[in-house]
Amino acid sequence: MTIDLTRFHSTFFEESLEGVAVMESELLEIERQVRRGGKQAAESLDAERLNCIFRAAHSIKGGSGTFGFTQVADFAHALESLLDEARSGHRLIDADTANLLLRAVDCLRALVHAAKDDGPAPTDVETLHAELERAQANAVAPAAKAVAAATASVWSIRFVPNDRFFHTGNDPLRIFRALIDLGPIATHADASQLPVWEQFDPQVCYLGWDIMIEKAMARDALDDVFAWVVGDCELTIEAPTATATATVVNAVAKVDEKAASSIRVATAKVDGLVDIVGELVITQTMLSQLVEDFTIERAAQLQAGVAQLARHTRELQDAVLGIRMLPLGFVFSRLPRLARDVATLLGKQVEMEISGDRTELDKAIIERISDPLIHLVRNSVDHGIEAPQERTRQGKPAHGTIRLNAYHKAGNVVIEVLDDGRGLDRDRIVAKARERGLIAADAAIDPSQIDEFIFMPGFSTSETVSDVSGRGVGLDVVRNNIRTLGGGVEVSSSPGQGTRFVIRLPLTLAIVDGMSLRVGSEIYILPLAWIAETLQVQPQDVTQPAGGPEIIAVRNEFVPLLRLDRIFNVTARATNVNEGLVVIVEADSKRIALFVDELLGQQQVVLKSLEPHCQRLEGISAATILGDGTVALILDAGSLVRQAHSAAAVLAAASNALHPSAAASAATLH
Amino acid sequence: MATIMTVDDTASMRQMISFTLGSVGYDVIQAVDGAEALKLAQDRKVDLVIADVNMPNMDGITLVKSLRALDTYKFTPILMLTTESQAGKRDQGKSAGATGWIVKPFNPEQLVNVVRKVLG
Repeated sequence: MTIDLTRFHSTFFEESLEGVAVMESELLEIERQVRRGGKQAAESLDAERLNCIFRAAHSIKGGSGTFGFTQVADFAHALESLLDEARSGHRLIDADTANLLLRAVDCLRALVHAAKDDGPAPTDVETLHAELERAQANAVAPAAKAVAAATASVWSIRFVPNDRFFHTGNDPLRIFRALIDLGPIATHADASQLPVWEQFDPQVCYLGWDIMIEKAMARDALDDVFAWVVGDCELTIEAPTATATATVVNAVAKVDEKAASSIRVATAKVDGLVDIVGELVITQTMLSQLVEDFTIERAAQLQAGVAQLARHTRELQDAVLGIRMLPLGFVFSRLPRLARDVATLLGKQVEMEISGDRTELDKAIIERISDPLIHLVRNSVDHGIEAPQERTRQGKPAHGTIRLNAYHKAGNVVIEVLDDGRGLDRDRIVAKARERGLIAADAAIDPSQIDEFIFMPGFSTSETVSDVSGRGVGLDVVRNNIRTLGGGVEVSSSPGQGTRFVIRLPLTLAIVDGMSLRVGSEIYILPLAWIAETLQVQPQDVTQPAGGPEIIAVRNEFVPLLRLDRIFNVTARATNVNEGLVVIVEADSKRIALFVDELLGQQQVVLKSLEPHCQRLEGISAATILGDGTVALILDAGSLVRQAHSAAAVLAAASNALHPSAAASAATLH
Repeated sequence: MATIMTVDDTASMRQMISFTLGSVGYDVIQAVDGAEALKLAQDRKVDLVIADVNMPNMDGITLVKSLRALDTYKFTPILMLTTESQAGKRDQGKSAGATGWIVKPFNPEQLVNVVRKVLG
């Protein structure tokens, strides 16, 4: 029989990584308690917390052994042994142990990843393994393996089950079958213990046996047969002669195959789907019967049936999208650890409060929101939260608090990252913006507008570039990543009291809110998240430096004008700018103006990927099918903006003798 | 064909056991912990229980005790999944009334062999 174990690998990896995450968050909580309460807290630790960590290590060990990941299994075993000591009260978890365990958990995660991606094992496995073993109070010597097993050609066995024998679900018959598998047997039953009929209890085994088995084999084979019943019977196994034999080592073959992306779905959700499909089938049967002998009198019935069909389809759509939904806790759970590590590095104290971690989001979004969130939390610890002394001086508690909160709002999911730190340093931001020529030297500017500047590229105001954040990746990347997901991010801050980032995300990537635009006979969809504003311009607002792109002036800012008809080679109805509309699109903190014939309105569209059928198209991200059945292309704002701006940059570099206003515009473009 | 219940909080183990035994013709039902197993066992008759030891809510040993307390499960074979290092748990399982154990890690062939032996 061959069973391909690789089919279970993706589940194993997924739940192992979940297990690692649980171990981490529980360990962090233990560490927090120990750090606060000292020895007393170490003694009164919640047993269930330790149990939970132990179970996770134990499951990973069992699974990795079964699925052939021996390195993971060995390491998990060392970790499990130490945890078992703590769990059974033989060891107190102090700050050092907690720290060791946390490092071991990191290593275990890396090992699981290495097994998953068939990559190299982390470099610190051996040292950590040794550390774990040293940490065990009574370092267990490797179990003495089968000293020297005896063999013989004939064995005699005396086997007398006790009163309890049947009550463990065992059966002498099973033992005999196993013995016959080994070799021919001769038995003699001892019925002397059988009571008189009136006292006979059918739940008790009254018989005993003397068994002779003729087969040259090691005693181990017989011990195996009786292994389960050793305590439940009288047993002697004897052989006339005995010699030593060798032991066999089992090698586990490593199976390598990359795990496919998979998703675990609660059974309740699947049951819900099955219910809806059942309803659909009923409706469909009802409709087919109806149309088979249809008369006009039954039109109302048909109408009702179609309405029912529509309702079920909508339910099915919701339910199917719901399958891809995962709770935000998956991402949130990693952040307290991050905040702790960063804070320790910077000598700060930070506590993290999490709420709304059950809010669900599409799996694809969950996977891609993690980096932006890590960035924001890191930023808060690094730039937001002050050093403990500074905080005490200002009458704040020595430890800062970062709050993560998620909730549903108007069909979107909102994630807030709040800190009670110093807030944004507006003077420095304004100084920096002036230095970079983003605002005029004497212009008065609204405080909330100032805060927005931190999303501009290269806008790090940290006084020292630290090891933690400010390593080139700025908040502009965060905003851009979030926009790619069809969402947005805003910041607000009050000096001395803290900063608050509000991220808004769509529930799913499969459906976007779009604006339909018409150019000639074509309809394009532009995701709403990228649209800054829409306006009508006059011909005099447009300038075109020789050979360069057209540029329009929008409230003292110069923006390259992109004519969609020229990019996609279609015939537009409007050629003069005042005949159509201009949509200002913002991506990567750069703006472009898209010239279109008209806006048709806002609508939700279902994304259909073009990739398997067409090669990647510049300026197009996907397609959708409109209500009337026609196909509309969905514009890729990021790529359109990059196109327009690279053209503008080339132009600015090539020519200094531009129209004065165009020269100014080229300067603000990048 | 006999009905087997696998009780494990680890989905990959449950899937592996259930797929392996299912592929040789057994009916396999799954439970995520002792509590669910105890409930399912009372809804229908199970011919063999294969239970992990460490599980949340109700561990394997408590499950064995609880099943043995039921009239219908007095003599039903119950196997515990244990590891080499858990001799103590193995003894606890035995005295709670477990029939035997399977040592982790094990491969599908070993599993089927043990199950065939137990179910005859």
